[in-house]
Amino acid sequence: MNPDFFTTARPISRLIEEFNKLPGVGLKTAQRLTYHLLQATPEKSRDLAEAIIALKQNLHLCSVCLNITDSDPCGICSDATRDRTKVCVVEEPIDIIPLERTRKFRGLYHVLHGVISPSDGIKPEDLRIRDLLVRLGSAAVTEVILATNPNVEGEATSMYIQRLISPLGIRVTRLARGLPFGGDLEYADDVTLSRALEGRQEMY
Amino acid sequence: MTSSRVYQTAGIIIKRHKFGEADRLLTLFTSDCGKVRAIAKGAMRPGSKLGGHVELLTHSQMMLARGRNLDIITQAQAIDNFLPIRDSLELMSCGFYLSELVDTFTEENVADRELFDLFLNTLLELAEAKDGERILRYFELRLLSHLGYRPQLQKCANCGKLLLPEVNYFSPAQGGALCRNCGYPDMGARTISINALKVLRFWLRCDFATASRVKLSTELTGEIKGLMRENIRYILEKQLKSIEWMDTLANGNLTLEAPPS
Repeated sequence: MNPDFFTTARPISRLIEEFNKLPGVGLKTAQRLTYHLLQATPEKSRDLAEAIIALKQNLHLCSVCLNITDSDPCGICSDATRDRTKVCVVEEPIDIIPLERTRKFRGLYHVLHGVISPSDGIKPEDLRIRDLLVRLGSAAVTEVILATNPNVEGEATSMYIQRLISPLGIRVTRLARGLPFGGDLEYADDVTLSRALEGRQEMY
Repeated sequence: MTSSRVYQTAGIIIKRHKFGEADRLLTLFTSDCGKVRAIAKGAMRPGSKLGGHVELLTHSQMMLARGRNLDIITQAQAIDNFLPIRDSLELMSCGFYLSELVDTFTEENVADRELFDLFLNTLLELAEAKDGERILRYFELRLLSHLGYRPQLQKCANCGKLLLPEVNYFSPAQGGALCRNCGYPDMGARTISINALKVLRFWLRCDFATASRVKLSTELTGEIKGLMRENIRYILEKQLKSIEWMDTLANGNLTLEAPPS
């Protein structure tokens, strides 16, 4: 509990506590944000409050790709210029943002909402893998790009999905795993380096 | 344990969680300090110096700084990544199970060099194997034996008479095999064939190389698996989470069949 609980007015300490619950916001930051809002015009604080409420009220999952959206289908799925034969499978909605930023991928997405994690008891049934299979069965998809994270859970999930999809005769690819830009060979681990060697490419 | 502010040790990462924005909270099983929990700062960022050196089931040489609650990993260099395990869905499921076993059976900061060596050797064997089943069984038996749960396999655990070469009983609650007279009324007991009994006795006194030369039929493999699993569940009073995933893969019946098109 906030140590200033008994000395500050209740609405102030309440907001400080709420801010404090957010990731990366410590007590001092929470206090600063609260006192900043206290100085702000009523419109500004109302805008913020409304934005927070609207966040939960109008959002749902896209019926096609399961991304979080306020329209259905979502902006990406309803965009007629996008390539409908390629589907990129990601773990979480937030993973779409960096992929979109590259502007290299013009296909559609599929969000799994998690990753197989035996040690946490998360099974394939807990993810949206079935939705992917249903989708592949009905749409003309020629390639599935597995873009799960390059760690043990992500790899396990990708290998599992690959096994389910391969009988359907659809091409399954996996994002290349290798050295990060701005990285350093000296600090690279053996898994990354051997994958980087395996996936080496001709220079043009 | 050393008392200096920084210390070096080799360890295997048996569990890891997200911690804050880009940090990881790791559980290590180390050669010198037993199970230790430590923070790997920034390990989730691409280009992190730690990154792949502190991934699950990696054997790494690490430098740690003592913290107030949790130690902090300052340097890590992978010794072995067990690449073949990572490349196989089945072997990796065995790896998940092994690390969960070690995690649940050990206490923090209790050094256990023997168990570390057993764990490391098991992972090395697993990396060379096609099928992990036998390696898991041998590890389970050795783990139990090492931690003081060695099952009684020579005499009846109830009346102490030497077991006759016939179908006997096995009771996790009694801590081993029971003769026919004692086993029959024990509701928690199950039958154990003489072959299973012989294999377990043999495994308890030989190294892995010798153990792996034993030829096992499918039924015998299944019997020993069921027996060990029940025994471990009785001791831990819970089912390990990774078992279900291992079974899904082992049975080959992928639960999410493609819908008829």
